[in-house]
Amino acid sequence: MRDHSRAGAINWLYAAPAMLVMAVVGLLPIGYTFGLAGEYHRLAVDTRFWPVVRTTLSLTAVTVALELLLGLAMALVLWSPFPGRGFVRAAVLIPWALPTAVMAMAWRWIFNADSGVMGDLLFRLGLVASPQVPWLADATSAFWAIVLADMWKTTPFMAVLLMSGLAAIPDELYEAAAIDGAGPVRRFFVVTLPLLQPTIVVAVIFRAIQTFGLFDLVFVLTGGGPGGRTQTIAVYAYDVVFRYQELAYGCALVVAMALCLVLMTSLLLAAARGRGAR
Amino acid sequence: MRPAARGRALFALAVAAVAVWSLAPFLWQAITSLKPAHEVAAVPVRYWPSTLDVSSYAQMFKARPFALYIWNSFVVGVGTTALTTALAVSAAYAFSRLGLPGGRAALLGILGLSLFPGTVLIVPLKMLAAKAGLLNSRLGLVIAYTALNLPFAIWVLKAFFDRLPKDVEEAAWLDGLSRWQTLWRIVLPLAAPAVATTAILVFIFSWNEFLIAQTLVSRDAARTVPVGIAMLSGVTVYEVPWGQIAAAVVVTTLPVVAVVLAFQRRIVEGLTAGAVKG
Repeated sequence: MRDHSRAGAINWLYAAPAMLVMAVVGLLPIGYTFGLAGEYHRLAVDTRFWPVVRTTLSLTAVTVALELLLGLAMALVLWSPFPGRGFVRAAVLIPWALPTAVMAMAWRWIFNADSGVMGDLLFRLGLVASPQVPWLADATSAFWAIVLADMWKTTPFMAVLLMSGLAAIPDELYEAAAIDGAGPVRRFFVVTLPLLQPTIVVAVIFRAIQTFGLFDLVFVLTGGGPGGRTQTIAVYAYDVVFRYQELAYGCALVVAMALCLVLMTSLLLAAARGRGAR
Repeated sequence: MRPAARGRALFALAVAAVAVWSLAPFLWQAITSLKPAHEVAAVPVRYWPSTLDVSSYAQMFKARPFALYIWNSFVVGVGTTALTTALAVSAAYAFSRLGLPGGRAALLGILGLSLFPGTVLIVPLKMLAAKAGLLNSRLGLVIAYTALNLPFAIWVLKAFFDRLPKDVEEAAWLDGLSRWQTLWRIVLPLAAPAVATTAILVFIFSWNEFLIAQTLVSRDAARTVPVGIAMLSGVTVYEVPWGQIAAAVVVTTLPVVAVVLAFQRRIVEGLTAGAVKG
């Protein structure tokens, strides 16, 4: 046995180059951010801080909730066999694979105030009074523009994860439920949803973490505007460091963001455990 | 209609809705890019160009060095993919097969590290890059991207290695091959599909990255596509060249679309292996 464990320690050499790169370019800078951070007292008096945290949290809650519903619907549709399914499955992946910053420019054009197609389409449907809507100049509509663009981009990922969960549900359970006289809707609530729950938990936590740290979409689509009212913590911290050149306080914001992230993830995990225990 | 036929029609409608939702924003860029200049921002919106006009494509390459941006993105993508895959294969093999003491804890640590958004490390990363002379350098981007992609690549590859049968390797050891030789001559060919999947995903991530490219590069010589497009704007705010932007979006996303259409199955496999195992 001693021989075996000694061989094991030497085998770390296989992983050493990868671990070294991650330590120097990942772990070290993260630790250094904590070292650079200072002026924490300003967090208490900064009138921008809480609005930015609130925007980030609303964005996370709204986007992930809508995305879960849409992703679930998408997964159920793509799971059933139909002719041309391979093509549709590939089409669904395209939004996920396209560069966020590049597509943020595309969304800026769609939401353009003067000749954007969103205003024109909704005007033709009779939903807005004029085809010219300054979507990105109003805090509320700019927020929903970000939600829509982020949902478009990341729902495919959610759907793919949920489909892998669907794949793990044994057919016999559906058959048994059908024999007991359960219709398709009841089968969904009695078999699909409970058995999908572990996958849903993983997907939601994963997506919540990503949305909480959202930077590129907001930075390019609204620039955090109008008047900073769609800034996420990441965009605000970036501005404080690179535009206002306030290194210490900018890093303090990043540290605050990381702590919020850990807190949010722990709460989500605890909630998932609580549900699982019942 | 009989109920079965109605159900089928509804399902077809759902499939069509999923496909339209996924493709519409991209197709709108393609249509915009093919309009003659005076029709791009026409009011009311024109849904189809009167003649197909490719002058936006010609102008986009003249207005900004897009050929160079594309080349930079390509070089950085290939470099990142090669380096990440090479380091991750050997590390993942060690984590999967060689009984590393503390390996489980290290894997969880890597996962935790990878969950933090890029914002957490960009400030020190920029200082480190400046010290190492790696600002405005494609090599700098390759190293940063490798560090960020390694956790994901190691997790995906480990999941695949875990599933390979062990007896082939044991036979190779009995034949006198060292562990290192076994990895490269016996295991790697068996794991080729998994390595290809990982490489495709890493390339897509690298092609799409925005925050670090925006932070570490401020000159055209190393600028990548997402930053180049996000910077496109007219002489004044009122003169944003939307036709050119649309052309740039199409040119730079078309390769990704092609990759997705060609490798849909592999991408889905890799995404689920990487996320669900966690």
